[in-house]
Amino acid sequence: MKTFRKLMNAKGHVSAASSIMAILAGLLVGLIILLVSNSEQAFKGIVTILEGGFGGGMKGVGQVLYFATPIIMTGLSVGFANKTGLFNIGTPGQFIVGAFAAVYVGVKWTFLPAPFHWFVALLCATLAGGLWALISGLFKAFLNVNEVISTIMMNYIGMYAVNYLVKQNIYDPLTSLSQNVAGSAVLPKAGLDKIFTNYSGVNSTPDPSTVNCGIFIAIAVAIVVYIILEKTAFGYELKACGYNRFAARYAGIDEKRSIVLSMVIAGMLAGLGGGLLYLSGGNGRRIKVVDVLAAEGFNGIPVSLLGMSNPIGIVFSGLFISYITQGGNYLQRLNYMPEVIDIIIASIIYCSALALIFRWVVLKLFKGRDALLGRIFPKYAAAGAEEEELSASAAVTETDLSAGESGEGLVPPEVQDVAGEASEPEGSPLQKEDEANARDGQEADQNAEKEDE
Amino acid sequence: MDYVIEMLNITKEFPGVIANDDVTLRLKRGEIHALLGENGAGKSTLMSVLFGLYQPDKGIIKKDGKPVRINNPNDANALGIGMVHQHFKLVHNFTVLQNIILGVEETKNGFLRMDAARKKVLELSDRYGLKVDPDALISDITVGMQQRVEILKMLFRDNEILIFDEPTAVLTPQEIDELMKIMKELSKEGKSILFITHKLNEIKQVADRVTVLRKGRCIGTVNVADVTKEQMSEMMVGRKISFTVEKGEQHLGAPALQVKNLCVAGRSKHKDAVRNVSFTVNRGEIVCIAGIDGNGQSELVYALSGLMPVKSGTIELNGKDITHAAIRARNDMGMSHIPEDRHRDGLVLDYNLAENLVLKRYHTRDFQKSGFLRFKKIYSYADRLIKMYDIRSGQGANTVVRSMSGGNQQKAIIAREIDLDPEILLAVQPTRGLDVGAIEYIHKQLVAQRDAGKAVLLVSLELDEVMELSDRILVMYEGEIVADLDPKTVTVQELGLYMAGSKREAVQ
Repeated sequence: MKTFRKLMNAKGHVSAASSIMAILAGLLVGLIILLVSNSEQAFKGIVTILEGGFGGGMKGVGQVLYFATPIIMTGLSVGFANKTGLFNIGTPGQFIVGAFAAVYVGVKWTFLPAPFHWFVALLCATLAGGLWALISGLFKAFLNVNEVISTIMMNYIGMYAVNYLVKQNIYDPLTSLSQNVAGSAVLPKAGLDKIFTNYSGVNSTPDPSTVNCGIFIAIAVAIVVYIILEKTAFGYELKACGYNRFAARYAGIDEKRSIVLSMVIAGMLAGLGGGLLYLSGGNGRRIKVVDVLAAEGFNGIPVSLLGMSNPIGIVFSGLFISYITQGGNYLQRLNYMPEVIDIIIASIIYCSALALIFRWVVLKLFKGRDALLGRIFPKYAAAGAEEEELSASAAVTETDLSAGESGEGLVPPEVQDVAGEASEPEGSPLQKEDEANARDGQEADQNAEKEDE
Repeated sequence: MDYVIEMLNITKEFPGVIANDDVTLRLKRGEIHALLGENGAGKSTLMSVLFGLYQPDKGIIKKDGKPVRINNPNDANALGIGMVHQHFKLVHNFTVLQNIILGVEETKNGFLRMDAARKKVLELSDRYGLKVDPDALISDITVGMQQRVEILKMLFRDNEILIFDEPTAVLTPQEIDELMKIMKELSKEGKSILFITHKLNEIKQVADRVTVLRKGRCIGTVNVADVTKEQMSEMMVGRKISFTVEKGEQHLGAPALQVKNLCVAGRSKHKDAVRNVSFTVNRGEIVCIAGIDGNGQSELVYALSGLMPVKSGTIELNGKDITHAAIRARNDMGMSHIPEDRHRDGLVLDYNLAENLVLKRYHTRDFQKSGFLRFKKIYSYADRLIKMYDIRSGQGANTVVRSMSGGNQQKAIIAREIDLDPEILLAVQPTRGLDVGAIEYIHKQLVAQRDAGKAVLLVSLELDEVMELSDRILVMYEGEIVADLDPKTVTVQELGLYMAGSKREAVQ
């Protein structure tokens, strides 16, 4: 337990631990659902889910990567917007518009030379997604229309417009899907299809996965997003606007421009995700003409939450959700209804989205009050760490810790509310701590003064 | 002796900090007892212990001579202890009455019974002269009124011991006077009041006794009548504080800021907030804009700094027209601005100290190279400012600004703005809510700017500050400048008349 506590010390570990707890809780709910719907196979079922893509051999792993690509992109879209103070719930619209642009270019613009065809298609997907988000961005910046409402509306406009345009231009009546893109528009496989292939039968017939270089593009984009946000002056401006629009304006940052650009970049990320998923050749996805918003779009929200809006975290959470989803698909071998599978996947994703609350639980359980303060006032994290060191060697502080765990009274009411409302947990700082904290800096003086007296 | 509350030898330690070190506080029945100390002296911690938000590590609390244990605010409430927090805890879209009964609602068959409560509220309001309308929405009433609702909440719960946590920080001078009256009325009726503050005038005005805390330790309890303001401030800060500001000889230079016939639209369409204002600020002088809050001072400064559009008129900085210039252009041309609302405008609270210190210069060559921030330079620059301006924080440049104390947040803004080496410094209520030590420091910085031949435009609501610092006083009333006065010849009373609008002189 002590070692576990020690592990909990660093901030990053707390994030990871809360994400893992969220996932475990989701799996538990999944197990219960499995037990209810078909109790005999339940244990096998949960193993199948946990096996994820491995349940399908090398091809399965490839499929995990293939389906992770679009949700990593939409996750980056949501995460980027979130870091810059916007809630982009318009990923389904931006995603499908991007997908259409890519497929349209892939089918029609065969005049393009082969090495550029897929690249141009991706570029158009990116631009289309950005353009779609631009509208909401302009509304937000200049007319103060809440981006949540406008992006939701744009989702439906995007979906129906794409359905219409597909039927008009690139419809394949035999399959009721969009037409296959030209071979030159398919993303290069980069040798991945050789690795992620199952061989079956006497002749070792290859059964390759759909995976292509899209996953590399997604990871590269995640790194670029990380650099933009954390290392550049541009990212500094966007984040400043997100944290405090007024202060950004005061500092001379053009906050309207920042809002529009944030939204456009978020849209571009989602649009690129659409392109990456649909430019995948014969055994890949094609656009269905149905009145349903793209699931890959909305899945960006839990992916982003699970990844704590961190671009690198989003890559991992995207892979994870794709992995679990793939495992869910293999559940059909155990005669589970596809609907049950969807419910289990949904509940796991749902619990994962509660990672924020689990984060709070983790802090409360393992570190007591001081850790909670540490999250709000980093200074305490350091102090807390020292305390942990002590508790490992001497049992004296152990009592303090347990007091921290059980003593509700130690935590001011504002903090206790956090779990309930989850609205801006950091927004309600403990004023009481403020001064104690500030005093720290004065300690040196205090000592000096003692001598004076 | 008849003590209603005794807090004996209270020690409360946070990791790395002793917030209260063997502090003893005794509250007599029916007295107004002030708790005085600088920001960070441990006043709020002590009160939080009394209110059950923290448990003391050592020491005991006695109520009416009997030891009690206060585990949470509900226990405190049961003992008759009520608290008005610095930031009110009111539901904004509830009425006054709904807020007051929140938590102690009377119901019958699941329906609210408000009649008895309404009667009691009106009766209390009448008895203490609170003049509160029980059916007004909280969002519609002034901050002063909201505070009275908080007081009524305590009275409604029949609390005997009332804790006020810096109640005057958010009030206008008039509201402060009325609050003082109410507090006296309450103590006359037998309520015991604990009054947290760092303002000496207020203590002199209402308190019977005062306990002084410094850096977590109890310096002593004295009768207010027996000590002077100077003695109290010395107890609080631990050294002599000069209430007068040393100013060097004035060297007037060329005009830095020229404003001509400026009009700024107000919130209501038919009346401008700033009406036909003209004035000049020269290098080497501090020009002070005095006036009662809400007479157009904020809008004037917003227009000067570019945060609000100008309706008509011109603004010139060093002879160049900046009436419609972008905010960044103004900043780069040498305008610094210490904003009125430091949390809203002045700081990105979730950025760390270093990131805040370069808020206005991150885009310059010094701190970025082809779009990438030069973190090494940013942090060494931040460390320099932190040292120079003595900004105190838990982790130096890496401290998240939200966790810093108000005084140090303000110091950070001042460091940033002054280090821009401005041609003109706009300072709006730069000392609001700060303790005397910090105020003295900020005043020195402003005067240093003036002595260095810079222009300073100071907007202040504190008359003492206006009289002390300014070389020239412009009085604003209802959006107009009604007087241009010399602080050496004008009296405070006269200034008050101009501010109230009952006197005006022709200003060119």
